[in-house]
Amino acid sequence: MPVTYIDAIREAQLYLLETDPDVFLYGQDIGEFGGAFKATKGLQERFPGRVKDAPISEDAMIGVAVGAAIEGMKPIVEMQFADFSSIAFNQIVNQAATHYYRTGVSIPLTVRMPSGGTPGSGPFHSQSMESIYAHYPGIVVVTPATVADAYSMLIESVQCPDPVVYCEHKFLYRWLKAEDFKGDGLPIGKARITRSGKHATVVAYSAMVHEAVRAADILQREGGWEIEVVDLRSVKPMDTDTIIASVARTGRLLALGEAFPWGGVSAEVVSRVVAEGFHLLDAPPMRLNAKDTPVPYHPKLWAAHRPTPESVCVALRQLLAY
Amino acid sequence: MEKPSPISKFELNAEHGRALFRAMLTSRMLEAKLSSLYKAGKIVGGVYLGKGQEALSASLGICLKQGRDVFAPLIRDQAGRTAMGEEIIEVTRTYLGSVEGPMRGRDGNIHRGRPKDGMLAMISHLGAAVSVVAGALMAKRLRGTLAGVVGATCVGDGATSTGAFHEGLNVVAVEKLPMVVVIANNQYAYSTPTQSQFACENLIDRALGYGLVGHSVDGTDMLACAEVLGEAVARARRGEGPQLVEAKLLRLSGHGEHDDASYVSEVMRESHAGRDCMEVARAQMLEKGWHSGSEIADLEAEVSEQIVAAVAMAQKENVPNPYTEDWCAIASAIGRTSVESELCL
Repeated sequence: MPVTYIDAIREAQLYLLETDPDVFLYGQDIGEFGGAFKATKGLQERFPGRVKDAPISEDAMIGVAVGAAIEGMKPIVEMQFADFSSIAFNQIVNQAATHYYRTGVSIPLTVRMPSGGTPGSGPFHSQSMESIYAHYPGIVVVTPATVADAYSMLIESVQCPDPVVYCEHKFLYRWLKAEDFKGDGLPIGKARITRSGKHATVVAYSAMVHEAVRAADILQREGGWEIEVVDLRSVKPMDTDTIIASVARTGRLLALGEAFPWGGVSAEVVSRVVAEGFHLLDAPPMRLNAKDTPVPYHPKLWAAHRPTPESVCVALRQLLAY
Repeated sequence: MEKPSPISKFELNAEHGRALFRAMLTSRMLEAKLSSLYKAGKIVGGVYLGKGQEALSASLGICLKQGRDVFAPLIRDQAGRTAMGEEIIEVTRTYLGSVEGPMRGRDGNIHRGRPKDGMLAMISHLGAAVSVVAGALMAKRLRGTLAGVVGATCVGDGATSTGAFHEGLNVVAVEKLPMVVVIANNQYAYSTPTQSQFACENLIDRALGYGLVGHSVDGTDMLACAEVLGEAVARARRGEGPQLVEAKLLRLSGHGEHDDASYVSEVMRESHAGRDCMEVARAQMLEKGWHSGSEIADLEAEVSEQIVAAVAMAQKENVPNPYTEDWCAIASAIGRTSVESELCL
């Protein structure tokens, strides 16, 4: 029976609770109710006291987790939606992220952030926050795109002594399936060549990896183009070596992301390639992101707000034609 | 696990009073020295004094023990830190940027702590520590080591307007934690007077709304502070739930030593809240017969010597070296082995 991306998140938490007494879960509605997306379904029953409901207090949720982490616990905080982490922003970037540098005491905190858009979710249940947190020193930011990565990277995040922002894509929760949770053992910090090619490189992460693969399929059929797709897996640290090696093979770069276009991960990818691999480029590097508006509600608007296989193809055709 | 002894009602005695007075005096004299060093250009950044708040702060700190309890002091809690056991050298090292200090020059002045000993290192964002102390206590409860432990933090009247304070206090109450939250209502948040800060009659009236036990105290009165804080901490330790304390007093300095506090009116300075708690404490020690005048003079001489020695030692020590600093904010190998760490150089 196939397993889904959300199964991986639940099973990883189950494994962590079973194997590490320092792990506990804290978040809104995650107890008996099992969480807004059922990522913690049945876990409170199995681990009473270690799966705790929190009041609607995102700031205090992260504050509590930081205090517990100072005591040596490994809290996993579920933000109900990544969008609401704006309320906890101060605790994440000022309390958790600075602590190790200032005091030498690390904060093994994992913040699960249900990220990205789904049809009809609108401006406040669709955001991609990875760039915001990656900007700050002291935080690891991961963006799994596969079922196996969702599983292994959550375990790795919790075992990491630093604060980790774990961006899980809501669109992938039930849509993305696999035979099991077994992966290739890549650690956080290493990107993966999801599909190899020689004509252009698409660097993507999270749900956009799948859109990039679809676009690559279309262009393969259309003109025999071989598009290489690099899945960043973690946006911080960013595996610049794998990106540069890919661009060395293809000479062309499209940096793809679902987040807003100003700054951010795709801009960082382009800036690194230009700064460290300018001589490898046969065409000006391109970026494709969401539009510079809040994420719209209506499915028709939403579908055009974010990059799609079609818009990725448009960008790639332009890149290949240069 | 050591079984805690039953905690009875708090009783103020001579030993407690002397320890309290010593912490207050140490704080006042140490901060006077820090102010001089700042004005002489020896301290870079800011110097923030707890002048006028020593009785309140020390009355809390004296009830707490490093290695057992959890304390998140704020900027006017030198006396509370000293009372809980912070060494003077920790203070001078941090203010003077010695690498031997707990913050190694990476953070300064009152932004210091020993988190593993239960002395948390504050950030500047007010109210943010309330939930952090709560989390430390919740971790101890999960591990079964909470019995006999108390968590505490201090804020000013200004912090009571923040969302973090509200969220934190609410969590403390919901989780029924053995915690004492002290509001030093010192009449001004930087230059903003209380009437622009909140509209309720007394901040302590909010205790009921949160489901907390509330206590009010005259923050200028050492004996009153000792009684009220002693009882609040004892009640929390006995398992009677979280306690909120509001003390009314006046900050007898600027927000920092860069600030002349010209916004504080003469009427306010002359008011009851404007009394100097150090002078009140001195009179109370003499009146109680807990110290003679000459004992206080001896104590001052002893503390003064300790301060001079701690300043001299910190001044002799190395300051951080930017060329050997590792410039890495990440503890894990993840950060150190990646290109990220190369870029740090």
